[in-house]
Amino acid sequence: MKKLRYAGVLTAVALAVAGCGGEKVGAQPQPSAGKECGSFNLTVSPWVGYEANAAVVAYVATKDLGCKVEKKNLKEEIAWQGFSTGEVDVNLENWGHEDLKKKYIETDKVAVEAGSTGVKGVIGWYVPPWMAEKYPDITDWKNLNKYAALFKTSESGGKGQLLDGDPSYVTNDEALVKNLSLNYKVVQSGSETALIQAFRDAEKNKRPLLAYFYEPQWFFNEVKLVKVNLPAYTAGCDAVPAKVACDYPPYDLDKIVSKKFADSGSPAYDLVKNFQWTNEDQNAVARMIAVDKLTPDQAAEKWVKANESKVNAWLGK
Amino acid sequence: MAAITSDVEVEVRRPRRSVVLGVLLVVWVAAYFVLRGIDTLVLGGQDTTALHRWLNDHRDDVGQGNAFFDAIRFVVDQFVVLLQNVISQPSFDRPVPVIGWLGVVAIAAYCAWAFGTWKVAVLTAAGLVFVGLQGLWQESMDTLALTIAAVLLSLLVAIPLGIWAGLSNRAFRVATLVLDLMQTLPTFVYLAPLVLFFAIGPAAATIATLIYAAPPAVRLTAHAIRSVPPESVEAARSLGSTRGQTLLKVLLPMSRSTVVVGINQTIMAALSMVTVAALIDAPGLGQTVLKALQTLDVGVAFNAGLAIVVLAIVLDRVTTAAGDRPWRTASVRRKVLLGAGAVGVLVAVWFSRTYVWAAEFPSDVNIGSRIAVVASDVTAWVQDVFGGFTYGVRDVVTVGLLNPLEGLLTGSPWWLVSAVLVALGAVLGGWRGAAPAAVCCALLVATGVWHDSMVTLASTLLATVVVVAVGLALGVWAGRNRRVDGWIRPVLDAGQTMPPFVYLVPFLALFGTSRFTAIAAAVVFAVPVTTKIVADGIKAVPGATVEAANSVGSSAWQVISKVQLPVARRAITLAVNQGLIYVLSMVVVGGLVGAGALGYDVAAGFAQSELYGKGLAAGLAIVLLGVMLDRVTQAAARRTQDFQGRGDKR
Repeated sequence: MKKLRYAGVLTAVALAVAGCGGEKVGAQPQPSAGKECGSFNLTVSPWVGYEANAAVVAYVATKDLGCKVEKKNLKEEIAWQGFSTGEVDVNLENWGHEDLKKKYIETDKVAVEAGSTGVKGVIGWYVPPWMAEKYPDITDWKNLNKYAALFKTSESGGKGQLLDGDPSYVTNDEALVKNLSLNYKVVQSGSETALIQAFRDAEKNKRPLLAYFYEPQWFFNEVKLVKVNLPAYTAGCDAVPAKVACDYPPYDLDKIVSKKFADSGSPAYDLVKNFQWTNEDQNAVARMIAVDKLTPDQAAEKWVKANESKVNAWLGK
Repeated sequence: MAAITSDVEVEVRRPRRSVVLGVLLVVWVAAYFVLRGIDTLVLGGQDTTALHRWLNDHRDDVGQGNAFFDAIRFVVDQFVVLLQNVISQPSFDRPVPVIGWLGVVAIAAYCAWAFGTWKVAVLTAAGLVFVGLQGLWQESMDTLALTIAAVLLSLLVAIPLGIWAGLSNRAFRVATLVLDLMQTLPTFVYLAPLVLFFAIGPAAATIATLIYAAPPAVRLTAHAIRSVPPESVEAARSLGSTRGQTLLKVLLPMSRSTVVVGINQTIMAALSMVTVAALIDAPGLGQTVLKALQTLDVGVAFNAGLAIVVLAIVLDRVTTAAGDRPWRTASVRRKVLLGAGAVGVLVAVWFSRTYVWAAEFPSDVNIGSRIAVVASDVTAWVQDVFGGFTYGVRDVVTVGLLNPLEGLLTGSPWWLVSAVLVALGAVLGGWRGAAPAAVCCALLVATGVWHDSMVTLASTLLATVVVVAVGLALGVWAGRNRRVDGWIRPVLDAGQTMPPFVYLVPFLALFGTSRFTAIAAAVVFAVPVTTKIVADGIKAVPGATVEAANSVGSSAWQVISKVQLPVARRAITLAVNQGLIYVLSMVVVGGLVGAGALGYDVAAGFAQSELYGKGLAAGLAIVLLGVMLDRVTQAAARRTQDFQGRGDKR
């Protein structure tokens, strides 16, 4: 025991002596935060595509404008609430949410739209690629009943299973199944994690799966899911939720900012407003984050270096 | 109940009770086939009732812009930020926190030594260095700061409340009900409104954690005060002590070790909230887990989960050691050593403020990525090897047990199920069982999510049965064998504090998206607490009693079934009860892997504003299920005790 303590003391002293040689705290100059831009709060919604948007905008705002960007990891609903409490200034990818737009933009007047991100969102029913290959006509909804037996699981009560996903999204699937008289039962997987895992497993072990999914999504880099064509979308065909019998509308993903931020005259607002890219751009950055395991900042740096003209356009150069 | 008549009743009633139960079930099944599909109160996924819409409209009424909430928010925010500045975030115009990693390790180890033993001090230092080596130092310190804040605030509220509930019977009854509510109401239900009151930031996260973590401390403090022998209180009174003196000199010192167990449970509960709180931007390890899950990166999620487990084990061992340490003045030698240690700590802190190597955890040695790779490989291997087999198990259990049970509960008219549940309550627990069952059934119908409640009830019952069976087996084994107990405990701690989000992905791979997956996850989460309580109960059986049974030549099985289990009955009742509560607290997580029903409703209410009211109603339905099952089992247990003529004083 005693020896142990002496040994401990000795080691401590030795370490102390050795440690004195190291670099001192504060020896390196700190980058100074920009003055004229100030700081803004950027919500980061929990999916990789959004993170790609956030990474690139934050990178450009920090490097080129000298802003301080506070990223906050929030679910969409909570982020909208943040516009009214002042904790969120910028949302860089909004999927529809007409009800929330009405509440926060029209009624409460705490947020304003800041234009399209250029990214097109698609929602629909998908099957793993092996199924599309083996049953080529499965991509037409009219043939779904023919294959219903394939999709039976322990959860679907004798019918085919249509797996639904993250509760964040409004789905018309129950109405669709009913109105298209499909012999399917909607089963809630409850999370994006569960959906992706289900598709991964389906492709790997050649299990049949029909599920609700959406693009852009980093997972398409791993497995190229095939969309099932529902009756084509026409404007207004989804007006009455219970009577919907057509595909989901194409989404133009847009940006929302707080009123306060829009009126601030900050150069960061112009950047956010001008920010626009394509599905391919977003996928490239999302892929670097999700598959190549780069940090969002590294991924953004890489993309910005390769796409200077686009970035310059956002900056109005 | 009078003990004199009880022996007679045992012989007369016991067989009759099981017969009545059997008849009841047969009648129910028969009625089911006749009445199937009538009045089942099904509500579609996106459908809502008037109550849900009303809740939606009035969500924002409470609290927004309220000076009271603002004051709380300000104080809590400042407190958490202060802690973060000290140990985790760059602060006061320096690129590093006030105290660097070396200082934190030194202080933590010193505290562990001063309040506990040198062994836990070594464990503390090793644990903290380990999370540093995992490459998660800053995240861990953020989590630690938030946990410390939440636990201290919890105790500030919980200990006085616990003392009150310990001294007053009425307060005890009210407290039990409120605590049940706090522990079973899914966090998702109050996460969004909390953010409205307290804004996005550390305050909301801390308070969400507090709501979930405070109940164990209140319960155990109350329990400890109530367990002090009345003789001791009498003695103090007769010596002329005032109420205050009795409390401070007799009741509190005598209940110290139990109160520490309560603190310990509070810490565990706070750590288990780390990932959920991350949904509203709580800093720390929870963020790492959630980020990793977006790309289904099990390895990275596991690495972060492991850091949470390590923190939990360290905090658990330190508090346990502190609780076990007898009150005594330190010897001169120890005082000298403590003084010397304090100087060493100051030196370490000075280093951590001066030199970069002691301030920022060196990133040269990073075992985190290796842990992540190994974890991914192991999961992939398990999935490949057992994948087919596990699907088979799932299908057999689902078709053979779950579907019939669920069919019976969801297919029967609501009034039939209610009648059966009330009758069951009456047979098992007399009016004490019947009354809560009746009230809860009525309220369940009122919530508008009756059908979903029945789906969840079926899964919950099945999961609880498995949890109790496994928990009893493991608990008896660990309680009888010290060595088993030694190595099983870290595993149990891991099961309790590893965020369920981490093992969702492997479970999804093994069982697909299904109700069975949710049941499996709930079992993993609830077995540890059941096992621990059973093991403690078995260990508390006096050695002399077991010896006596052994000396008359009883087999091991006889000793267990005739001596240890009956004597530990009270602990077992508690174990069943806690197992049930833990299973229910996993309902929402179950909703994320395909269990649907109430769990999905709650998650959807958190994600979609128009479903908020339904989510809240579903959350309340989970609480009602919990209260009903809890009261019926309690009443049944009490009744069994009375029959056996051993009615414990309460």
